[in-house]
Amino acid sequence: MSHIIDRRKNDKGKSTGNRQKFLKRVESQIKKAIPDIISQESIKDSSTGGSVKVPVRGLDEPSFRHDPKTGKKYIIKPGNDRFNEGDRVPKPKGGAGGSGKGKGSNSPEVTEDEFTVVLSREEFLKYFFDDLALPNLVKKLMDSTENFESRRAGYTKDSVPSRLNIKTSYRQSLGRRLALKGVFEKKLQKLEAQLASTADPEERLLLEAELEKVRKQANTIPFFEDIDMRYNNFERVPVPVTSAVMFCVMDVSASMGYHEKDIAKRFFTLLYIFLTRQYKNVELVFIRHHTEAKEVDEEEFFNSRESGGTVVAPSLKLMDRIIRERYDESWNVYCCQASDGDVWSKQDALECKKLLQEAVLPSIQFMAYIEINSKDRESDLWQAYKRISNDEDFSIRHIYEAYEIWPVFQGLFRKRREAA
Amino acid sequence: MTEKDQYRAMFCSPNWDYKTLEAADEVISRIGRDYLKLKTYPNQIEIVTSEQMIDAYALTGLPTSYPHWKFGKDFVLNQSNYTKGRMGLSYELVINSNPCISYNMENNSTCMMLLVIAHACQGHNAFFANNYMFLDWTSADSIVDYMVFARDYILRCEEEYGEEEVERVLDAAHALMNHGIDKYKKPSKVSAKEENDRLRKLAHIKRENYNEIWKTLPTQPELPDAAPGEEHRFPKEPEENILYFIEKYAPTLPAWKREIIRIVRKVAQYFYPQGATKVMNEGFATFTHYHIINKLFDEGYVNDGFMLEFIKSHSGVLYQPEYNSKYYAGLNPYTLGFNIFMDIKRICLEPTAEDKAWFPNLVGKDWLEQVHYVMENFRDDSFILQYLSPKVIRDMKLFTIIDKENETDYEIGAIHNERGYRKVREQLSYQYDRSSRVPNIQVTKVDLHRTSKLYLTHYIQKDRRLEAESAKATLEQIRYLWGFPVELQAKNKLGINESTFEAK
Repeated sequence: MSHIIDRRKNDKGKSTGNRQKFLKRVESQIKKAIPDIISQESIKDSSTGGSVKVPVRGLDEPSFRHDPKTGKKYIIKPGNDRFNEGDRVPKPKGGAGGSGKGKGSNSPEVTEDEFTVVLSREEFLKYFFDDLALPNLVKKLMDSTENFESRRAGYTKDSVPSRLNIKTSYRQSLGRRLALKGVFEKKLQKLEAQLASTADPEERLLLEAELEKVRKQANTIPFFEDIDMRYNNFERVPVPVTSAVMFCVMDVSASMGYHEKDIAKRFFTLLYIFLTRQYKNVELVFIRHHTEAKEVDEEEFFNSRESGGTVVAPSLKLMDRIIRERYDESWNVYCCQASDGDVWSKQDALECKKLLQEAVLPSIQFMAYIEINSKDRESDLWQAYKRISNDEDFSIRHIYEAYEIWPVFQGLFRKRREAA
Repeated sequence: MTEKDQYRAMFCSPNWDYKTLEAADEVISRIGRDYLKLKTYPNQIEIVTSEQMIDAYALTGLPTSYPHWKFGKDFVLNQSNYTKGRMGLSYELVINSNPCISYNMENNSTCMMLLVIAHACQGHNAFFANNYMFLDWTSADSIVDYMVFARDYILRCEEEYGEEEVERVLDAAHALMNHGIDKYKKPSKVSAKEENDRLRKLAHIKRENYNEIWKTLPTQPELPDAAPGEEHRFPKEPEENILYFIEKYAPTLPAWKREIIRIVRKVAQYFYPQGATKVMNEGFATFTHYHIINKLFDEGYVNDGFMLEFIKSHSGVLYQPEYNSKYYAGLNPYTLGFNIFMDIKRICLEPTAEDKAWFPNLVGKDWLEQVHYVMENFRDDSFILQYLSPKVIRDMKLFTIIDKENETDYEIGAIHNERGYRKVREQLSYQYDRSSRVPNIQVTKVDLHRTSKLYLTHYIQKDRRLEAESAKATLEQIRYLWGFPVELQAKNKLGINESTFEAK
């Protein structure tokens, strides 16, 4: 008799283990492909999963097989429309394959061209951010365990009736009754044995009275007693803060062209993806500035064409104000500033430095300054920042071409060895 | 409404449910049994999603298998081809086990479900249960059990010896899968329990440190300059099953690695009949579903609309692009097999003068009996050699291209005419002969006296030499398992060594 089973609901991802084994094998190739993705594809896509091209090198499974170029072969084909025995047909150039006269490749070996491994978002991020860590992540987490959460923590013998756990209490009662019953049973047996062995009428009477008493006791074991009661217990557990805010500060002065903004955008997005991996909740604040600084939404941040001269300091002031107003101690604050380094005056650069040192840096986790500029000249801003950058909580880097984004990003966030 | 009307209403609705499948299976089983006289294993029909189907592909249909990256690679490859639309999934996949497990895609229409049940659960199932290759070389009763054992065993090894080391052994054994098949001995049928008992025994033997090769050493001290005489030749006869030879005689291989080799060998053995009967198996299953569905129609279980959909799918399965079409990808085994089986039926019922000359044994016989006889007693090469008729060669317009090394032209060897029939038939048969695909390589000698070196010989056929890169890589794998140097000599038909590969 046949048996019909609907398998659709279970057995999902049966190949997951094998797939991971395979991915492990091509790990190095996947990692090599990551910088390409960042410099070529739209970075928004890479946050949702993206595909990685992995050449099949190293995945060959060797075996003894015939060299298709050697020997004498008979190939039977269908649909003869013009050939007669003994006809000769020139072979297509370049060995097997090729198209000439419809003689396609007939080798039974399937050639595996480069094929694309599609990674899930999780897998992708794993490779993407392998070996990376947020700077100072731990420090702040330990500092800010201010929220508490109630969590179940076993049972207690004393609490309010509303927390009574009936099942556990019943189990306790059952256990107690079983135990007591056993005790009485033994007593009864003993007494009965005594009764049977004695002939003295006085002693018999005494024993019978005792028997009666014990029997009564055995039959009236109370169902519930106070010692059976069990109540659910709850504990207050400190919950680490899992929120972060990231400030994206971008120079949008006339000198920031499409290319510069694109680089900045890619860098911001990378940082955003990175943060969302670490924190449950990540907020973004976009600040753009030319002569004045403004908080804007994402759309405007990247697309608005408004521009003017460059004064940087107001943007930092604005950021400082926003932090104070909206993000208290419990937030992990990150900042990334992107600029081509052009400033209106040296004075502005110096003011920025002062602002950072005195107000911003003490209240945030980490700040990165990305100068989108070729390395051959150092801007005023760069020079000012250089003095206070320490890579510990303030890093400055040059990026000019898209392919430089990943190495710089990696350099900034590479897990710092504890020894350092 | 009569019962038949109810069935018809179910079968002709495009949406199926559990009841429809049960009814379909019931009716189709009855027709298979009564009309086509099929003897089958019980069926286990599983409805799966496309992802599960790709899973099943990766494990070549087995419900479970040991873990290995190769299966992951196949999965990724298939999945990527499937999601890009480069490859369609088959409507079903069926495995040779008892009960016979078949996977049906959930998004099949009702008509497809019926077709698939007829094709897989009757056709393939009957083929597995009756063809001599499967009966002799596989044991449908214990394969699922055995694979469970294999998986657990490999997982245990991974835990004990590390994943990398296990993978190393599996990689090496997989490279020799084609050379791990016994063609002359019937493997014993073992269940998981027996397998475990056997393992325990093996551990015992290991303790006693028994080994054929070492055994020969101390008992017979060699004379210093005695030429290695024939009586000391080892092995006495060349051994074709390289994996078996390594498993049994590799001097230093730990027992657990031998067991892994054995597992790979068993799997290779299990799939051996599958590879040798592709054309027959698909041909017979197609022949079966064709007859069953038509019978359903004749008996009034399905209507014209159903039949139109069926004919479309059926002819899709049988589509054979011609050699110069851009869709051409080799001979379609469904078409070739189906055509031959249909032709056997035709010859029995309406023989022509030509048939009388070519197939005197078929003319006038009971077609069903003949079809059963053929299905049970042949494999692809012998099937084609004996039953590919001139009519099928003509209908398919088969012709041979001869491709000789060192010649700039192809030569047309034979075409679908009087002079060509026999040649086409022979040459096509050879194409399905295992020896045309798998090089003939045998273990010929082990140097017992000094180096423990393993000598392999490749007997070159039709001047087809080994692909050098892959051969070297494979030798390295043998070297790893054997533990001592390995040498392969490629000998031509005159017995002259043409080339030597070595892994030191």
